[in-house]
Amino acid sequence: MKQVSGTGSQVSGKNALPVHPAGHAFTPASGLDRRDLFKFAGVSLALAGVTACTRQPAEKIVPYVRQPEEIVPGKPLFYATAMTVGGFATGLLVESHMGRPTKVEGNPLHPASLGGTDAFAQAAVYSLYDPDRSQTLIQLGEIRPWSAFLGEMRIVLEEERPRRGAGLRILTGTVSSPTLARQLTELLAALPEARWHQWEPCAPDNARAGATLAVGSPVNVIPRVAAADVILSLDADFLGCGPAQSRLAREFGERRREGAAGAEMNRLYVVESTMSATGARADHRRPVKASEIEAFAHAVASAVGLGAPTGSAEAGGPFAADRFARAVAADLGRHRGRSLVLAGDHQPPAVHALAHSLNGMLGNAGRTVLYTEPIEARPEIGLDSALVADLAAGKVRTLLILGGNPVFDAPADVGFRAALSKVVRRVHLSLENDETSEECQWHVPEAHFLESWSDARAFDGTASIVQPLIAPLYGGKSAHEVLAALSDQPEETGYELVRATWKTRMSGDFETAWRRALHDGVVAGTAAAAVVARPGGGNFQTGAGNPSHDSGLEITFRPDPTIYDGRFANNGWLQELPKPITKVTWDNVAAISPATAQRLGVVNEDVLELSFSGRRVRAPAWVVPGHPDDSIGVTLGYGRAKSGRFGSRAGFDAYSIRPSAALWQGAGLQVRKTGEKYPIAVTQPHHSMEGRHFARTASVEGIRRDPEAIAKMGEKPPASLSMYPPRPVNTYAWGMAIDLGSCVGCNACVVACTAENNVPIVGKDQVVRGREMQWLRIDHYADGDPANPRHSFQPVACVHCENAPCELVCPTAATVHSAEGLNDMIYNRCVGTRYCSNNCPYKVRRFNFFHYSTQFRAPSMRMLANPDVTVRWRGVMEKCTYCVQRINEGKIRAELENRTVRDGDIVTACQQACPAGAIVFGDIADPGSRVSKMRRSNLSYGLLAELGTRPRTEYLAALTNPNADLDEATPA
Amino acid sequence: MSRAVQPGRGGPPVIEPGHTYATVTDKISSIVLARRTPLFWVLGFFASFTLTMVLLGAISYLLAKGIGIWGVNQPVGWGFAIINFVWWIGIGHAGTLISAILLLLRQEWRTSINRFAEAMTLFAVACAGLFPLLHMGRPWLAYWLLPYPNTMALWPQWRSPLVWDVFAVSTYASVSLLFWFVGMIPDLATLRDRARRKGFQIFYGMLAMGWRGSALHWYRYETAYLLLAGLATPLVISVHTVVSFDFTIGIIPGWHSTIFPPYFVAGAIYAGFAMVLLLAIPLRAVYGLQDFITMRHLENMAKILLATGLIVGYGYVIEAFMSWYSANPYEGYMIGNRMRGPYAPVYWSLMLCNIVAPQFLWFKRVRTSPPVLFGIAVVVSIGMWLERFVIVVTSLHRDFLPSSWGMYFPTIWDWATFVGTIGLFLALMFLFIRFLPMISIFEMRTLVPEAGPLAMQPIPEHSVAGEEG
Repeated sequence: MKQVSGTGSQVSGKNALPVHPAGHAFTPASGLDRRDLFKFAGVSLALAGVTACTRQPAEKIVPYVRQPEEIVPGKPLFYATAMTVGGFATGLLVESHMGRPTKVEGNPLHPASLGGTDAFAQAAVYSLYDPDRSQTLIQLGEIRPWSAFLGEMRIVLEEERPRRGAGLRILTGTVSSPTLARQLTELLAALPEARWHQWEPCAPDNARAGATLAVGSPVNVIPRVAAADVILSLDADFLGCGPAQSRLAREFGERRREGAAGAEMNRLYVVESTMSATGARADHRRPVKASEIEAFAHAVASAVGLGAPTGSAEAGGPFAADRFARAVAADLGRHRGRSLVLAGDHQPPAVHALAHSLNGMLGNAGRTVLYTEPIEARPEIGLDSALVADLAAGKVRTLLILGGNPVFDAPADVGFRAALSKVVRRVHLSLENDETSEECQWHVPEAHFLESWSDARAFDGTASIVQPLIAPLYGGKSAHEVLAALSDQPEETGYELVRATWKTRMSGDFETAWRRALHDGVVAGTAAAAVVARPGGGNFQTGAGNPSHDSGLEITFRPDPTIYDGRFANNGWLQELPKPITKVTWDNVAAISPATAQRLGVVNEDVLELSFSGRRVRAPAWVVPGHPDDSIGVTLGYGRAKSGRFGSRAGFDAYSIRPSAALWQGAGLQVRKTGEKYPIAVTQPHHSMEGRHFARTASVEGIRRDPEAIAKMGEKPPASLSMYPPRPVNTYAWGMAIDLGSCVGCNACVVACTAENNVPIVGKDQVVRGREMQWLRIDHYADGDPANPRHSFQPVACVHCENAPCELVCPTAATVHSAEGLNDMIYNRCVGTRYCSNNCPYKVRRFNFFHYSTQFRAPSMRMLANPDVTVRWRGVMEKCTYCVQRINEGKIRAELENRTVRDGDIVTACQQACPAGAIVFGDIADPGSRVSKMRRSNLSYGLLAELGTRPRTEYLAALTNPNADLDEATPA
Repeated sequence: MSRAVQPGRGGPPVIEPGHTYATVTDKISSIVLARRTPLFWVLGFFASFTLTMVLLGAISYLLAKGIGIWGVNQPVGWGFAIINFVWWIGIGHAGTLISAILLLLRQEWRTSINRFAEAMTLFAVACAGLFPLLHMGRPWLAYWLLPYPNTMALWPQWRSPLVWDVFAVSTYASVSLLFWFVGMIPDLATLRDRARRKGFQIFYGMLAMGWRGSALHWYRYETAYLLLAGLATPLVISVHTVVSFDFTIGIIPGWHSTIFPPYFVAGAIYAGFAMVLLLAIPLRAVYGLQDFITMRHLENMAKILLATGLIVGYGYVIEAFMSWYSANPYEGYMIGNRMRGPYAPVYWSLMLCNIVAPQFLWFKRVRTSPPVLFGIAVVVSIGMWLERFVIVVTSLHRDFLPSSWGMYFPTIWDWATFVGTIGLFLALMFLFIRFLPMISIFEMRTLVPEAGPLAMQPIPEHSVAGEEG
């Protein structure tokens, strides 16, 4: 009350007013002098005019009667939560504007994030507001209320109780959620004959099996990349894929930065069957067919001293005398206890076992690789034939499919769809009304993870509470709530269920611990306990070592780098996100090596018919330099038959030829050219640097010999060349430094930028025309031998030139320089001549050729937009602003606290998302700032600085650490 | 001075023998005042008007949907619109050159071609002017390029060549219009006097602005015309120089070049004369104007075509030489890409059209054969369009960073707009030859023998107005 009247007295200016008993905000009864009277009269008159020309809403609106705590209009709030992909959690902090989540950031306290995120997490908000999400509970095409579903579950319980659950089956994805595990356990306890099955199309089954083979139990492996000096990846894309990719990218990037600063740099060998982001960052890379990885691992193992593999005719197999394998083995041998061997999830268990043995022999166990108990509630995953047989035999009366899309992604040979139709009562819980929902009588809309309570565990076991940021938009339900329907308390909410789980597991005062866990985003002390595992000496039966030397073609199935296993197929941001290597958008392709393409007479966009294990699919070919010969790589998740507006018409369905016997790779692929062409939308058609030095690299040794080697690669004209006097810097001078040595091309920054800056998606036909809108792109270059080229990634956004060519040519002054060195874009002033874009040597400007922002017209998508950033109109140019809204927010905060902006106060969206910490933004006028220090490095250079543009973004050249035993030019 | 270029001296005459004041006046004014519209005119106008409707359709769709209906993209932000703009502006140059520069140089052979060449200029500038407006993302805000007082206290950004363009082109358009109109006033008075129908009398009477042919009128007319010629002369050079600045100010290899201004001006005159030939040859045939537009005219224009063609060819050679001599890798790649890249066919067609084709003009037999000249003019017009395509598209599609390289393919709407402006141009030309004297009557009269030794002087006593009563 006092405050209120205080406000009143401020307004009237002179006389303090008595506290009004009724609490009116303002009582201008007394002390109103002539001037004030005229002021009020004028204001009233003006306002009267305003009301006349404003459109008033038809409905009555009511302001807050009681303002919710902490909600200040214009001030975003951040909440900790967690997102799971394939069952494993990454901790997130989600930005909420007036109750609507708009932007996802990493949670620095979470072990899988450390503040960074992957592209999937960045795109999560798009899925949340996706207008194609399932919005109603449906039974046989009829919309039904939740209570009807609860009633149906009562009937199930009635039916199953006498049979002890013999007719009930539950199918889930990988479950790491302690609450879901508890519910399942309780349900199975109550109905002992019921069964719980799991199917995850891209699960690390082979890793678990390999661990069992090597150490006797399915231990969880935690690689410590930061501690490893030499890393050998056996087809492991650990920087680009997997539950710990953000963390491993951070560890890898940090080692690279330390190495560039003078410490010992790590060395990465990658032997791989596809062209992955990890392979692109390798010091030595060797493309090898997937089936030959095992032989290669054997060769390394025997060279290290593991002895010839059991059951092999010749010691070491085809790679016995291989120079590369020997050099790798020697290098690993020189770094005992500081080396690390990683096997890819899709390699057979024997390779994992070999990796374990190698780590054991090299003394890495416990040092660079840790073992814990499995994280999953039940580590055995895989659509076991028992379930399908039961289904087909009609033994199952009720099947609950909690998440996932098995009709689409189950192995092609198990006949899941046919078996499913034998089940009497089929229930499917999912985010969208998909292929599996089509086949089920009951479809329950799933609540997005940003709408529901849950919990999940990270790659190391650390648990997080998944807390919702918004009430379910369409009344979706979580898996917990659906399972609860089969319990004694069917109405129990997710919140109660999750709390019930943790009540017994949190020490101390529960409410305090709970609030702490919610706030931090991690439950302290829940990391899985380490187990001491001593991987043995390779005395396990693999039966391999003599890979079938099939001269025919091989096929590899991999999760897609942007839509994963297909679950993100309707996510426009991820569909339009260029794949890290090929830069293909909106489609998957059949990757083929240049030599094999030549042999088969195939060029890009030729439609091939792939016949594998008796099934056929038509796929467009794409030549990928660095892909192994005689192998065709396809990614999963495309070719959805029933998805939303984006998912349903994109790509081809690789699941349709994926048998359970060859989930990841297999020989005997037949390829036939159909003679048709299929257009592919790429954002970067040309991958050669043409002998120019854009993404500069040098070896550690080279820099040691000539510290100025990077600067010598390009001319940098003196600043005095300009006819204008230098602009005085008497305020902040924003700048950026991007460390190419740490960048792993993971695309998180690209999606982060899209989300932060309301960047629209344009669709495949527009990408084909070259009109993608992403402000930040990651250039990928592959130069040298097409069979195994040298790769570079280079994130490029507006570099904010001090002498900006765009500013000179704009006829309306719509792009101008700020005093702080920003190259500002004034959308309202832009008439769209596109001259600035033509004149930009970096081609970072993006133009709204159509009214692309109409995507925000769908009512749900309107909630997606970041209110701090203008949504642009048709005919307007746009580009990276260095996140000017964040700069201003930081400056305002500093001003309120009566100080200047401190280094690190302002973080751009790309910088915040970058898991590798490659992007640093700050004040270059402050010599102590991180960005200034980085720009002073001898590795720092300006892209196209020879043009005299004086870019504010500088790049730090990538350093490689090649093995002197292996000639850099021919790594084989 | 005036006698130095006596008609007929050193070549075919600029007007065939046997003409008198009366025959000249009859011949030219009858085309306009004829009661029956010739069938070819009706057909030709219908065809070109149809194309104009195509243009209107294309523009409407463009305004409704946005610039995305065209083939422009990243990195090729400018496509057909700017190519066509430069092409049309270039075509306009011949008219101004003929009417202004050749007037000041007392090249009296210009007399029979200047009027329709000026009309051509005007209509070409009209077509050209459409493109910079339409190619904007938000064309309704085009007035922001003008320095008008506004509440935001914002002016255009003066360093941008596009602002210079606005001034260059609008000045050019207004001076050309004035020049054309002022030059026509005595003839409009003739038509007013000869017209039989009331409507035409009023129409031409309004346009004649009260011309009575008094000595004072002639005195003022001559002064104004000379002044306008003096004003228009620098514009011939400046407009295309400024247009070339749109490219040279840019940093893009293939644009950033000091040779562009002279090479653009020569190219403009080259393209312009080709267009004059394209119009003159059929016109003299269908209207039987061989007496007025003689072989002498055609040959002179062919010679100019050859001379400017050689300058343009020199420009191409120097461009390639400098990209090698500068040792700039980007410049070097640019020219190599033009010669061997995806648009190489366009580049080599351009060379064929603009360097090889005009070489035939060294032969007098070619220069005096209207069909062959017509063919060469067509080839040169296509060549000059290709030149602008090469400059705009091949420079942009592969500039500095290979990661951003792309391709440009025009869409149906690009073609519709381009063909539509040709239709607009032709439709305006058809209207012009039907309703206005396409050859300057009073100036032609100065060429007939009756005009005597004072042929090149203004002859007030032969005022048009008195003749017919």
